[in-house]
Amino acid sequence: MEITQRELVTMLHGMLFGGYYLLALFGALVLLLERSSHNPDATSAQPTHRWQTIYFFLLIATGWAAVLSGAYIIYPWYRAVAPAGADLAIYPKYLLSAHPYTAGWHNFGMEWKEHIAWIAPMSSTMVAWVLLKHRAAWNADRVVRRTVLGFAAIAFLSAAIAGGWGAMINKKAPVQGGASIQLMGSSQ
Amino acid sequence: MTESKLVPKSPANGPVAAAVLSCGFGCFVLGVLAVAADGSKALATALNFYNPTGPLSGVTIVAIALWLVCWAVLAALWQNKNLAFAKVSAIAFLLLALGLLLTFPPFGDLLLGH
Repeated sequence: MEITQRELVTMLHGMLFGGYYLLALFGALVLLLERSSHNPDATSAQPTHRWQTIYFFLLIATGWAAVLSGAYIIYPWYRAVAPAGADLAIYPKYLLSAHPYTAGWHNFGMEWKEHIAWIAPMSSTMVAWVLLKHRAAWNADRVVRRTVLGFAAIAFLSAAIAGGWGAMINKKAPVQGGASIQLMGSSQ
Repeated sequence: MTESKLVPKSPANGPVAAAVLSCGFGCFVLGVLAVAADGSKALATALNFYNPTGPLSGVTIVAIALWLVCWAVLAALWQNKNLAFAKVSAIAFLLLALGLLLTFPPFGDLLLGH
């Protein structure tokens, strides 16, 4: 059982970083909704638990890891210029653009994904920073809580759009190539 | 017998306002640069900071840099201030919404007349 280096990195980008980020962001949204629904006492700001600090740190780290690995490792493989006569299977952008029935996966899907993805880590970094560093201001004002919740929801939406398109595009024209990595012995 | 009650001092919301507004601004800049780089070959070339990634590298690096600079400046200016947060929030959401809209390819194409 083998996997190529590019396939492995793409899996790490989408399933480890992107997947964990989406799950963690959804968890953060639930936490924020729960905390926003009651009326916290502004005089006694709830302390930030250590697990929350770690959770938000991992949330931000995986969000940035997802967009940075996507833009600087996988996207160059995706958009590499295909030489004349080359097998387009390892040039996903050109493979998709070569046919009008598949061109939309790039012209619409990838064009949208590659930009909207960045809104997610930017917004969630802000959300985490407010929750960890300015809990008192968050507790004290309902408008602050609603604003932060709104940005967290937009971060989730952006990440879901980017992740969804990424998964579909990679199914239509997978990023392939690089050295083969043996995962398990052959089962014949 | 009189009952004394301590009135809680409201924590300054300036730093939070700075974070929220700068985030909206950063998302807006991202959208503007994405459309502008698509419409201008010269700008796309100027934003091609890392050739394998293409103009996307410059679009995102510039947007993130401006977001962080804006955040630092506003945080310094509003460190101990209490602002009308509803107004700040409305502006931030407007910028965020515009940023989201500008990243949507059909809207960008419409603006550029493609």
